[in-house]
Amino acid sequence: MADMTVHAVHGEHPPGFAHQFEDMEQQREAGNLGMWLFLATEVMFFGGLFMSYIVYRTKYPGAFADGSRLLNVKFGAVNTAVLIASSLTMAMAIHSAQTGKKKPQVWYLILTMILGALFLFLKFNFEWRADYHEHLIPGFGFYVRPEWGGGGAHVQMFFLFYFFMTGLHALHMIVGIGILTVLTVMAARGRFYEQYYAPLESSGLYWHFVDIIWIFLFPLLYLAGGRYPIPGVTH
Amino acid sequence: MSGHVVPVRVYLAVFVSLLILTGLTTAVAFVDMGPFNLVVALVIAVAKMLLVVLFFMHIKYSPPLTRLVLIAAVLWLGIMVTLTLSDELTRGWEVKIQGLSAILPYFRALLP
Amino acid sequence: MSSTATVDNLEIPAESRLNYLNASYGIKSWLLTTDHKRIALLYLVSITFMFLVGGVAATLMRLHLIEPQGALVDPETYNRLFSIHGIVMVFFFLVPSIPATLGNFLVPMMIGARDVAFPKLNLMSWYIYITGAAFTLYAAVTGGVDTGWTFYTPFSSNYSHSAVIPVALGVFITGFSSILTGLNFIVTIHKMRAPGMTWFRLPLFIWAMYATSIIFILGTPVIAITLFLLGLERLLHIGIFDPAVGGDPLLFQHLFWFYSHPAVYIMILPGMGVISELITAFSRKRIFGYSFVAFSSMAIAVISFLVWGHHMFVTGQSVYAGLVFSVLSFLVAIPSAVKVFNWTATLYKGSISYQAPMLYALGFIGLFTMGGLTGLFLASLAVDVHLNGTYFVVAHFHYIMVGGAVMAYMGGLHFWWPKITGRLYPDAWARFSALVIFVGFNLTFFPQFVMGYLGMPRRYAVYPPEFQVLNVMSSAGASVLAVGYVIPLVYFIWSMRYGPPAGPNPWGAKGLEWETPSPPPTENFEEIPIVTEEAYNYPQLPEVARG
Repeated sequence: MADMTVHAVHGEHPPGFAHQFEDMEQQREAGNLGMWLFLATEVMFFGGLFMSYIVYRTKYPGAFADGSRLLNVKFGAVNTAVLIASSLTMAMAIHSAQTGKKKPQVWYLILTMILGALFLFLKFNFEWRADYHEHLIPGFGFYVRPEWGGGGAHVQMFFLFYFFMTGLHALHMIVGIGILTVLTVMAARGRFYEQYYAPLESSGLYWHFVDIIWIFLFPLLYLAGGRYPIPGVTH
Repeated sequence: MSGHVVPVRVYLAVFVSLLILTGLTTAVAFVDMGPFNLVVALVIAVAKMLLVVLFFMHIKYSPPLTRLVLIAAVLWLGIMVTLTLSDELTRGWEVKIQGLSAILPYFRALLP
Repeated sequence: MSSTATVDNLEIPAESRLNYLNASYGIKSWLLTTDHKRIALLYLVSITFMFLVGGVAATLMRLHLIEPQGALVDPETYNRLFSIHGIVMVFFFLVPSIPATLGNFLVPMMIGARDVAFPKLNLMSWYIYITGAAFTLYAAVTGGVDTGWTFYTPFSSNYSHSAVIPVALGVFITGFSSILTGLNFIVTIHKMRAPGMTWFRLPLFIWAMYATSIIFILGTPVIAITLFLLGLERLLHIGIFDPAVGGDPLLFQHLFWFYSHPAVYIMILPGMGVISELITAFSRKRIFGYSFVAFSSMAIAVISFLVWGHHMFVTGQSVYAGLVFSVLSFLVAIPSAVKVFNWTATLYKGSISYQAPMLYALGFIGLFTMGGLTGLFLASLAVDVHLNGTYFVVAHFHYIMVGGAVMAYMGGLHFWWPKITGRLYPDAWARFSALVIFVGFNLTFFPQFVMGYLGMPRRYAVYPPEFQVLNVMSSAGASVLAVGYVIPLVYFIWSMRYGPPAGPNPWGAKGLEWETPSPPPTENFEEIPIVTEEAYNYPQLPEVARG
C-alpha cells in the first residue's frame, strides 16, 4: 500500500524507526506507555480470577486449606526462585543492551528462556503429573477424599482455581518464551544497542509482570491454609 | 535515547532480597499464627511486587504517567474486590433499616 | 487554529486528487492497510452489517409481540431472538460503533497526527473483531443462545441447551479488539498531539474518546475472564456458579456487570463527544464550560465502575451493598447532567442551523435526558423492586442506546461523511429520515415505559391481552424506525457515486480535520499543524458577552 508519509531525510532516523512518530524518543515513550497499558489489562484479567478465589476462600476456608496443603510447597518455592532469577537475567539482558554489549544480551536472553522453561518443566512434569495421578484434576476423575467431609465439592473448586490460575500463568509464560525467542534472534543480529532497545524493554516489562503474578499465586495457592502441623491430620 | 541505566549491584540486591523474602514467606507458613498467616503472606508478596515493579520494571525511574497507569490498575482491582466483597460478606447480615419511625420517640421526648 | 494545510480546489473532482481512498487500489491494499482512515471504513462496513443482523432480530421480535400469544415464533425461539439481538447490538454494534469508525478516522486528525501510535495493532483489532463476529454469527445461525445477553448462571453454565460456548468465545475474542483500540487511543492522545495542542485545546470528542478508552482498558478484561470462567464451568461442571454445590450465581453477576455497566458508558461517552462537536458547529458558538464538559467525561469513566450493583438489586444481593450502589448510581448521573446543561447553554444565543446532524444532536439531548432521568427511577432501590425486569428497564436503556448513542452515531456519520468520502449527501432526505427516526423511535419505546410501569415483564414471549394496544403501538413504531434507518443507507451509498463533491469544510466548522482536503490524503497533513487557538474558536457575535 502507498505510505505517503512526509518526513525528513531517511538517514536521520535510526533503524527500527516507525514513521507515524516524529522521533525515536516519542516512539520509545509510546511503546513503553502502550506496554504498561497492556499490563493494566492483564491486572484486571487475572484480577477477576483473584477476586473469585478470594470470595470462595472466604466462604470455604477449611476446604481451601485442605486443597492447598495437597500442593507441593517445595516445588512451589523452588519455582518462585526460578522465576525471580529469570527476572534478574531479563533485567541484565536489557542492561547489556543499554551499555552496548551484544554477546551478554544474547546470553542473558537465552538464560531467561532456560529458566522459564525450567519453571514450566517443574510445574508440568512434577506438580501437575502428580496431581493427575492423585486424581486432583477437577472434571477429570476428581476423587473426593473422605477426610474432606462435606467440603469435597469446595476442595474441587480450589483445584479448579489452582489449575486455571497456574495454567493461565503458564500460558503467559509460554507466550513470553516465544517472544524471547524472537528477541534472541534479533539480539544476535545486533538489532539492539544503546539508542534502541525498546522491544527488549517492553518484553521485559511483560516478563516481570508474569513473575509478579506468580509472586501472588504462590502464597495464595500454596500457603493458603498454612503449612503448620494440624493436630490429628497427617498430611 | 534516554533510559535510565540501573547499576548491576542494585539488580543483585533486589534479587537477593526477593529470594530472602521467598524463603521467609515459606518458612512463616509453617508457623501457626492464625489469621496473621494470611496477613504476613500478603505483606511479603506486596513487598516482593514492589521490588520487582520499582527496580526490575524501572517504575522508580519512570515518568508520572506510567506510575499513574500502574496505580490505576491496582486501584481498579481494589474497587472490584472491595465492592464485590461488600455484597458477599454482608449478605447474611440482619436487615434493620427502620426508617423515620425509629427516631420518633426521641422527638417526642423533646416536647414539653 | 492556524495550519499550513493545502486549500482544496473545488474544480478538481475528488477522484483526481490523490487521497487516502485512491492512493492504492485492490483488495490487498484494503485488507492489509495500516491507514487509520481505511481501517475506520473497514469497521464501518462490518459494524453496519452487524447492526442489520441485530435489527433483523429486533424486527422479528416486534412482529412476534403484536399478538398476546405471540404471532411469529415459539417461546424457545423468542428467547434466542432477544438473546442474539442483545449480544449483537451490545458487543458487535454499540461498543465498537463510534470508537472504531469515527474514533479511528478522527482521533489522529483532530490532534494533528499522521496516524495512531500503533497502526498494525489497529488493523489487528479489526481482524479480531471480524473473527469474534464470525464465531458469534456461526453460533447464531446454528441455533444461538437462549440465555439473554447477560448469560446468567446457573442457567447458562449448567442447564441451557444452546450454543453458549461458541457465542461466549465470539464475545471473548471481540473484547480484545476493544482493548487494542482503547490502548491505541490513549497512547496516541498522550504522545502524538501536534505542537500547541495542549490538553485543554483538544476537541471534546477527543476527551470523550480518551475517557472511553480508559473504560476499554480497565473493564473489558473482566468480561473476558468472566466468559472464560463460564466456558470452563459449562465444560467441567465444577459448580463455581451453581448454588446446589455451594457456588454463588451472584459472583458471576458481579463479574459480568463489573464490565457491562461501564460498557454502557463506553456506548454513550463517544456519542456525547460527537454531540459536543455537533452542537458547537451548528450553533457556531464555543462550548459553554469547556473544562466542565471535559472533566465530566473523565468523571463518568471513573464513577461508572462504582455502580454495577444496581443491576442486582433484586437478586438477593446484600441490602447494604444495594444501598451503596444506589447512592453511587445517583452520583453518576451528575456529570451527564452537567453535559446536558452545558450543551443547552451553548445553544443559547447561538446561530443555529437545522441541518441533519443538528437534528440528530437535538434529538439526542431530549431523548438522552429522558433515558437518563428514568435511570434515576431505576437507581432508587425501592422503585427498582417494582420496575426491575419490566419493559420500563427496556425502554430506559433503549432511550439511551438508541435515542442517545445511535442518534449520535447517525449525527456524527452525517457530519463527517463529507470529510470521509469527499461527497455531500442530499440534506433534504437526511433531515426527513432524521425526523422519521425520531418519530419512529418514540412510538416504539415510549409505550414501553408505560407497559413496564403497568407490569409487563421483559423477555417474555407471551403477555396478558390488556397490554396488546401498547405492544402494537411499539411494533408500529419499530416499522417506522426501520424505514428511518434504511433511507440513510440508500442515500449514503448513492452519494459515494453521485453526491456533489464536498470542499474541505462544507459546514464551516472549527477543527483540524476540517483544514484538510475532503477526502484527506493518506498522511493527513502535508505538514504537521501548529495549534495556537482554543477549540471551537468561532467568532463571537456582538450580543454574546462571553462564549
